[in-house]
Parts: sequence; structure tokens; C-alpha cells
Amino acid sequence: MRWVCLLFPRLALEGALRRRPDPEAPFALIDGPVQRQCIRAANRAARKQGVKPGQALGFAEALFNAPEHVQVNAPLSKAPGHAHFNAPDAAPDRGSRSGSSQRLETALFDVESVERWRRRLATWAYGFSAQVSLHYPHALVFEVASSLDLLGPWPRLETRLRAELTALGFSHRLVIAPNPAAARVLVNVHDGLAVDDTGLESALATLRLDRAGLASIDADRDILQTLNRSGFQRLGELFALPRNALARRFGGGLMRHLAELRGEWPLALDYHRPTPRFSRTFEFDQPVHAIAGLAFPLKRLLQELGVFLMGQDAGVERFCLTFELEDGPPQRVEIGLISVQRDPDTLLELTRAHLERMRLAGPVMTLTLSAPRLAGYAPTRRELLEGPARQAQAWAALHQRLVARLGQPALKPLVEHREHRPEAAVLNGAGPRAREASIGPPRPGWLASVPQRCDGDVVQLLAGPERIESGWWDGGDIRRDYYLAQWADGRHAWVWCEPERQGWYLHGWFG
Amino acid sequence: MSSLESLLDSRQVWRAQAGGVSDGGEAIASGHAELDELLPGGGWPSAAISELLSSGAGNGELALLWPLLSRMTREGRPVVLVSPPGVPYPAAWRQAGVALEQCHWLDVQGREALWATEQCLRAGCCAVVVAWLPQADSRLMRRLQVAAASGNTLAFVHRPLAKVSEASPAPLRIRLHRHAELEILKCRGGFAPARRIAFGAGA
Repeated sequence: MRWVCLLFPRLALEGALRRRPDPEAPFALIDGPVQRQCIRAANRAARKQGVKPGQALGFAEALFNAPEHVQVNAPLSKAPGHAHFNAPDAAPDRGSRSGSSQRLETALFDVESVERWRRRLATWAYGFSAQVSLHYPHALVFEVASSLDLLGPWPRLETRLRAELTALGFSHRLVIAPNPAAARVLVNVHDGLAVDDTGLESALATLRLDRAGLASIDADRDILQTLNRSGFQRLGELFALPRNALARRFGGGLMRHLAELRGEWPLALDYHRPTPRFSRTFEFDQPVHAIAGLAFPLKRLLQELGVFLMGQDAGVERFCLTFELEDGPPQRVEIGLISVQRDPDTLLELTRAHLERMRLAGPVMTLTLSAPRLAGYAPTRRELLEGPARQAQAWAALHQRLVARLGQPALKPLVEHREHRPEAAVLNGAGPRAREASIGPPRPGWLASVPQRCDGDVVQLLAGPERIESGWWDGGDIRRDYYLAQWADGRHAWVWCEPERQGWYLHGWFG
Repeated sequence: MSSLESLLDSRQVWRAQAGGVSDGGEAIASGHAELDELLPGGGWPSAAISELLSSGAGNGELALLWPLLSRMTREGRPVVLVSPPGVPYPAAWRQAGVALEQCHWLDVQGREALWATEQCLRAGCCAVVVAWLPQADSRLMRRLQVAAASGNTLAFVHRPLAKVSEASPAPLRIRLHRHAELEILKCRGGFAPARRIAFGAGA
């Protein structure tokens, strides 16, 4: 068994940044009581201005309002211990170039939303493995041995995992190890490490004790301290001790932890099971008045839907957008697709076409995208298709696009019905479909939807009459004599009059 | 004489009788022998817009297009009609040889019709797009012409007679006269004959 552990060092910040239109603008997460809020995490633009975790919010905001010479001096006032970390970022020329005109945007740190993001990432990882666990905080572990035949070898899967996480905007570290416990502790100090059974012991042995997850052994909180005071530095030194002595001194908790790391003790994890429906909400800081303002959140939500569907190996046939309005009941838009889709770009294009047809009833406060039912998805590989198949696919895409914007009823097929009355046959689609081609009397290429009175325009009758008399059984009783007539300007029209009555009616054109 | 030759060499003079040399795109036979003979390349210019000007429906526009449409649809390639002047009568289209299952029509008006026409042209999967766009001006026609070229789609745009005097980027402009008579107003790469051409034997 091979387990991957993904560690997300900046999950809270990056989760919050995903909801912001400009992730490059200075932004920080704040935490703590209202009277003394302090910075919990800050993005690159904010760090460049000297914002650091632990700073008071007021101080951080002052960094952005300060006149330029303060910016230049800022690096000098930093504690020496942080110099190596901040020096390249806080170089004076950069500090002044980025300017102090930008404001520091902040949001409250929210444990619940971090957990939510972790669950979403677990759903994403579910696309690679059936055994995904959220057992360790800030991290995901999942088993990939069984997927390597399909997705492997490991370097290729690793590249893919990293590329997808980067596209989602999450910085990460990852390690693959023979068991989840080892993967979790190794990711503390390594990134991109791959160890197998033979290399596991030596990889663990060099691990410093304070990074080896010993603090999580809840039996005795002083284990780490006691070990340190006894002169133990590395995990390898513990492995070298006689087990019964170690167990006597520190109890079963440590022994069990060490055994788990070495894969001698099976670890039972709770596996993540993704929910079969999707619902995400985007809340706006300020009410949005125009459809155009919804483009960005929509893109984000559809991207998340795409990731979700990928993890589920499913697609959607219909989904729903709900707009919570500032005043009035929520507005819903049902988006139905002709074929099952999951590509976010396609979904975005189709959704845009739908939105272009609607009007917002008021300012929008939140936007919710929900897909209550998923459908099986069979991807079509474009490059394999040639000729007619490719053309059929292009036609299906065009069909979808036209229907999305113009509505299903606008695109009409031509269906021939076995029915004599022109209105019933053409407009209402009555009667059974004509099976075999029968040669009937000539019919005009165009039919007017409503016959119009046209007494003075007919110059000459060229052919006819043809009596059409039918429909006494369904109330649409007609009795007409049809003629091919020449119009005043030389065009050919299809006209009728009722026997024993006056008046000509135009009913079509011979194009 | 030498000055004339030097003018010809520098390609400042276009020789009408040279004809037949179409610019790149091949032509698609219209199915009307007499018309094909006159059109440069021997048919409708592919990947371009052909403009049909008439006083309205019933001037033989279907008799003109049906041979092409029936050939294309029977090859299994879709044909789209955008905002036609009436409801297409399936029986008549079938009698003309058109495979109905490949025939679609869009019941839209105004700007949506222009949008839909452009989409169909760009998609490059329609064999023929026939649109009735009385609202299209020469700027929009240029846009559609570019779309037809990029999607490599054969297109016909019907416009009213009032637009005859307007400049148009379409490489082929045809005026439909009385029933089943046409006049070529402009054809790029060829010489527009001054006489009227009869086509088809009635509707």
C-alpha cells in the first residue's frame, strides 16, 4: 500500500483568496477578539508591505496608509530572526513601487470554512483514490497503490496532482510513503519525497522528535519534553532502544505511535465519502446589480463544480442558479443541458448564454449553484474522432449553444406529418409522422402562420383548384379550394377561397 | 502597346475575360447548369456569403437553393435556416428532395437572428446556412462574411431590394426578379453578365 499525504500550509488563506476577484491584492485573515484583532495570515502582496502574522490589525493597516519613507525604513525595524524570510520581499524599492495607495483587505478567520475546504479537497482527491481520509488536521491522506496502474507511474501522478492543486490555487507539500502515519510525519519536513518499504526506516530515523507527531499522543503530554531532556534528538535513537524498556517508561501510546510509523500497527482511518449532490454559495460583500458582475463568481463556482464532478466521475444534465436578492424572493434559473457535461469552460459558456436572456429582479446578495442530481459521464476524446463523428460533435455543441441562448422552442426540426390540413400538419404537428415518401399535390415552401385576406393582389390563377376538406371530427373543420396564383409583382403564392363564398386568403409562398 | 503590357505586368489592370480564377476557395455546384456556367469556379463560392436580394418570399429563392440543399442534406450534413419568411412546409421540402432530418430552422428575430447566424457560420459544422436578415447593414454583412470564411461555411443571406444600392462585402450578389429569374449583380473573380437568367422549372 502506498499512501500520499498532502499538507496545505496556507489552506485558510488560499481558501479565502479563491473568493476574491483579485488574489494579488493585499489581503489578510484576521483572528482574535474584536478589541484586539491580529493578523493570522497574509498573502504575498500584504507580506511585501511588511504585514506579518501576529501583528495587530491596526498596525498592519497603518503599513498601508503610511507615507513612503516609513515603507523604506520598515525592513530595518524587523527582528533579525525574520530577516532571511522577509528580506527579498521587503526590499525598499519594491515597497515603494507597489505603493501605499492599495488598501489591506481583511476577512475573519473561520475554522468552519477551513474544514469545508478540506472536505472539498478530499472530494477532489476522491477522483484519484477510493480511500481518502481527513484524519490528520491541515492534511489529506489517501491511498494510491491501487490507482497507480491507471494513473501511474508515481512521478506522472505526482505532476498531475501538483498541477491540479496549483490550478485550484492551493500551495501544498506532498510525500508518498508505505503507510499514512509515516507519510504524515515525513511531510512535515519533506516535499516530493517518495519512500518505499526499504527506505522507510532510514527516512524516519533522521526525523527530529519535535516534528514526529509525538505531541498528538494524548496519553501523556510530557513525552516530547521528557525525551528531549533525556538527550534524544532523532526518531532513530528511539528505534534503537529496547522496546520493553521504552514501553515501561513512556507507556503504550508512544509504542503504538512508533509502530504505526513503521507500519507494524495497522491504522484504521475514517474514509471520506463525498456527498452525491453539489451546492455552493458565493456571498458578495456588496450587492451586485448587473449580470456582468456575476461573471467572476460564476466562473469560480463552475470550476468547483467541475472539480467535484471530476472526483465523482460524473457530469450534470441540469443545474440551478439561485440569486438571493436584497429585497424580494430569491430568483432561480434552471439550466438544462442537452447532453451530460462537466467541463467548466463549456458550462460557463452555456450559463452565460442563459444569463444573457434573464433580468435581475434586484441587487443580488448571494449566488448559489446547486446540482441536485448527477449523471453518468462518458468523456469523448476529441482527437480520436474524425470526419462525420467530429462533425456530429461540433453540431451537438452548436445545437447546445443555440438552445442555451435562444431557448429550446426556437430551434425547430422539419417533421412531415400525415395530415391534409396545412395548419394542423405544419404548425401543430398533428397526425402521425409520414413514413414513406408519397407524391402528393405541390405544396408551397413557405406557409404563412395565419392566412391573410388578399383580395386585390392576385392577378392570375396558374393552377388549381385543390379541395382540402377535413377535420370535422376535431372541431378544426375546413373546406377550402387552394390555387397557385400569380401575385401582382410576379411572385407565386398559395391562396385559397371557400366554395360558395367570397374572399381570397394568402396562405403561403412558392419560393 | 508596350505601356499596356507594362500595366498588365504590374497587375494594375484586371482583365474581365481572364475569369474563372477564383481566389482560393473552391466553388460548390448550384445544380443549375446555366448558372454554374456563369459563376466563377462553376458554382456558389464556398466559405463565403452569397447575397440574395428580392422583393420578398415567392421569387423562386427555394427553387434556386433546393438542388444544393437536397444534395447537402442527403450527404448527411446539417442545414440551418435562420428566421425564414414563413414556416417551412415539410411536405414541399421533402418533395424537393431535401432530407428533412438534417434540416433545422431557427424561429428568431432581430439581434438574436444575427447572433445565431454568426454562431452557425463560425461553428463550421453546417453545410449551408440560409438567413433572412433585412436588418443587416454592410458592417454586419462584413462580420458575417468573416465568420463564414473562418468557419469555412457556405452561406446565403436574403435582404430586401432596398439594399441593392448599398455596398456589400459579399463576393456574390444576386437579384431575384420575377419568379425563377435572376440577375447577377456582382461576382468576385468573374464578369457579371448583364442579362437575366432563368432557372428551374417553376416551384
